[in-house]
Amino acid sequence: MSGQSPTLTGDVRVDGPAPALLRAALDAADEAVLLCAAADDTILLVNKAAARLVPGLTPGAPCPLPGLNDATAAGTDTFTDDYAGRRLAGRRRALDAGHYAWYLRDRTEEVNRAAALAAERARASFLAEAGRRLSASLHLGRCLRTTVELAVAHLADAAVVVLPPENRRSSWIRLSGGSPAAEGSLPQSRLAEVPGLVEVLSGFPPIPSRWLDAAQAPAWLGLDRIGGLLVTPLPGNAAPAGALILARRDGGFRPDDEMLARIFAARAGAAIAAAALYREQVDTTAILQADLLPPELVQPDGVELVGSYQAAHDALRIGGDFYDVFAPSHPGGDTVLALGDVCGTGPEAAVLTGKVRQTLRALHLVDARPTEMLQVLNQALLDSGGRRRFVTLVVGALRRAEHGRVHLTLATGGHPPPLILRGDGTVEEVPVSGTLIGAVPDTVVRPAEVELAPGELCLLFSDGLTEARGGPTGTEQYGEERLRSALATCRGLPTTATVERIRQLVSDWVHGGVRDDIAMLAVRSPVRTALSLRDGGQSSFALNSRRVRQRS
Amino acid sequence: MTVVAPTPPLDPAVADRFLRLVGDGDEYAAVEVINALADSGVPPQRIMLELIGPTQSRVGELWAANEWTVAREHAATATSERALAALAGRFVVRPSRGRITVACVDGEWHALPVRILAEMLRLDGWRVDFLGPSVPGPHLVTHLHQTGPDAVALSCMIATRLPRAHAAITACRSAGVPVIAGGRGFGPGGRYAQLLGADAWAAGAEEAVRRLASAWPPPARDPQVHAYLGNDEYTHVVRHRPDLIAAAMRALAERYPALTRYDDRQMDSTSEDMGHIVDFLASALYVDEPRIFTDFIEWTASVLQARNVPAPALRAGLEMVRAQLRDYPRAADLLRAGLARLEPAG
Repeated sequence: MSGQSPTLTGDVRVDGPAPALLRAALDAADEAVLLCAAADDTILLVNKAAARLVPGLTPGAPCPLPGLNDATAAGTDTFTDDYAGRRLAGRRRALDAGHYAWYLRDRTEEVNRAAALAAERARASFLAEAGRRLSASLHLGRCLRTTVELAVAHLADAAVVVLPPENRRSSWIRLSGGSPAAEGSLPQSRLAEVPGLVEVLSGFPPIPSRWLDAAQAPAWLGLDRIGGLLVTPLPGNAAPAGALILARRDGGFRPDDEMLARIFAARAGAAIAAAALYREQVDTTAILQADLLPPELVQPDGVELVGSYQAAHDALRIGGDFYDVFAPSHPGGDTVLALGDVCGTGPEAAVLTGKVRQTLRALHLVDARPTEMLQVLNQALLDSGGRRRFVTLVVGALRRAEHGRVHLTLATGGHPPPLILRGDGTVEEVPVSGTLIGAVPDTVVRPAEVELAPGELCLLFSDGLTEARGGPTGTEQYGEERLRSALATCRGLPTTATVERIRQLVSDWVHGGVRDDIAMLAVRSPVRTALSLRDGGQSSFALNSRRVRQRS
Repeated sequence: MTVVAPTPPLDPAVADRFLRLVGDGDEYAAVEVINALADSGVPPQRIMLELIGPTQSRVGELWAANEWTVAREHAATATSERALAALAGRFVVRPSRGRITVACVDGEWHALPVRILAEMLRLDGWRVDFLGPSVPGPHLVTHLHQTGPDAVALSCMIATRLPRAHAAITACRSAGVPVIAGGRGFGPGGRYAQLLGADAWAAGAEEAVRRLASAWPPPARDPQVHAYLGNDEYTHVVRHRPDLIAAAMRALAERYPALTRYDDRQMDSTSEDMGHIVDFLASALYVDEPRIFTDFIEWTASVLQARNVPAPALRAGLEMVRAQLRDYPRAADLLRAGLARLEPAG
């Protein structure tokens, strides 16, 4: 091949009819060709494709393409130019000593396709980010903030979400580029200041951006000037969850932008509606469970009372265990404390604990003794019909005795007996017994009287504590023996520290989350004098050797 | 954050006295010390950072050195908490920043440093929800959905909680709330915090307050990027924890017949120690960081030494666990490195 080419080229150049034939060949080509004189850069020949592409091109006349002229002047061999709405690209080839040619291409389609692809990618990644971030939180405030943040990052210079009016006021959140998000509310009457907003919040179809007069937009949208305005509904649960107002300083919103804003608003609306629904339910639940939560304990003079409650349920903080303390109903009366366990866990059990606590409170008001309380409660549960629910509980009546001592009358109904930590570090079980409450008509209750000297502590607890499974095998119960040993190490501790320490030991034992409700209520007769050993005194703490030492 | 004017350091005698008072559980006298300082114009931040915080560190050291019983350590902590609450009660600050949730990771009970952080943040104008020690992940996340805070400050003091800290961090960030991590558990310089996906880490309360006052929130990143750690060896060790402990106990009893004469409490303690070996091993495998394990071995050796427990006991424990993990090269390497730390110095 290479050997024949020069010969062939030579033949064509010297043949007689060649110029016309060459011209025809050039005009038949798809590529636009300009033949120019190297000496003065004048255009000698324009083929048909070039004349079609750039109608102003004529041999001998100045070239209308500024990009090409610049390239010629600079002596470069390529250029791109926008001419009559087309993107042109050209490259120069030297032909012989006196001539060169520009070969031009129309790259408009190619450029448009690339731009469309880039735009599509940006849209997809924006919507993916929006989906991820909007679905993250169930908190209404965060959903609203995320919505305006995403809108300002991708769609507009300022974004405002306006919620449907409640009690004739609408809450809003606004973000305009650069400044932090602002929140507030405005009277329903002022919603009409933003063109199209009332319609959108009332559930009418949105008005296209080009029909909205941006000049009418109020200053509270947060932009000094507004070139384009778009008001889009945030679709909710069969009613608008709100409206998204987008504003641009310069230029308006094209139909493409409107469509993207609407797709985004659909996602934001779903997230906002879900968050609003969640908030409604949380508020309702909070009201319903307020009486079921562990109470703030009354603190009678001369007694330390500390309660602790861990609910097994993942999200709610209520369950089947409960404790309560009732202040004396009249001067000189007893303080009553109760700790119990309803069979089952979760909200269903919690509702019953609420009834039990209410019953006990009423019985306390009529000065019932612990034994009577259990018997009446038993009767009440048996008479309530419906599904049989059992309760185990400890009830105690507490009053101060002489010499800083605390006297307790304790009665149980099928509940683990309370433990007492004595001043010498021994741990005793309170000798009480009684049958399960709510099971049989005749209950047997054997109450016990207990006195706590200063520093001594009585611990009421639910079986979630002793039955917590864990340890080295992962299945062994914590057990009463371990609880007694643990309690014995708490001698001299403030009551809060004792309760916290037991909680911690059980948590370490189960090694991975408590799976049952655990309630504790500790009563302690306070140490009357400060234990502080001023310089050099003897510590009140026994220097008990650590377990590890015993082992060696 | 509030600029605290530089003033001379607190009198060391005050610190000694405060330590003595909390060690005796003398709440009233301890609160008096705090009140006297506050009355004399010492800013509350300084009282927390230079008195209450360091005192708590000394309490920990006294326990580790076997000078204080664990009960006394608990009493001291409870007293310090009361003193801190009394100090905090003296100052009412109007919230001027965002809302923040402060919590200890599930299973983590060292709450005092985080209480100090909570109070420091409150003084700095944050609206603080302090959820307390050992907060289960689901409770934390429910709280986030209900309150929508701007940040979660999560504390982890012990490296065995790192897998749970990781789950909590991922869950918080998936709920759209950035996390600042703190506490020794995240390793020297907080090096594991980033690995676990935390948005920031702070060495102490002061640094955390500063970090949260500037450049917050951090840019939102995809929480799934750091969502998975661990490997098959970690999974094996965790799933076979009971077997590993039981087999190690059996082997230990064969080698040391004295073990069979242990009472229940001593047996519990010994298997608890075996449990710690397995847990730190698992954590080191999870984060892929040998130091978690070797640091634990060195620390345990020093604690045991203070209690006159002979080093061979720990060595035997490591060997027993290693014997069962021969087919797991990373775990075996870690145990070998741990054993090497027990070589007598010199």
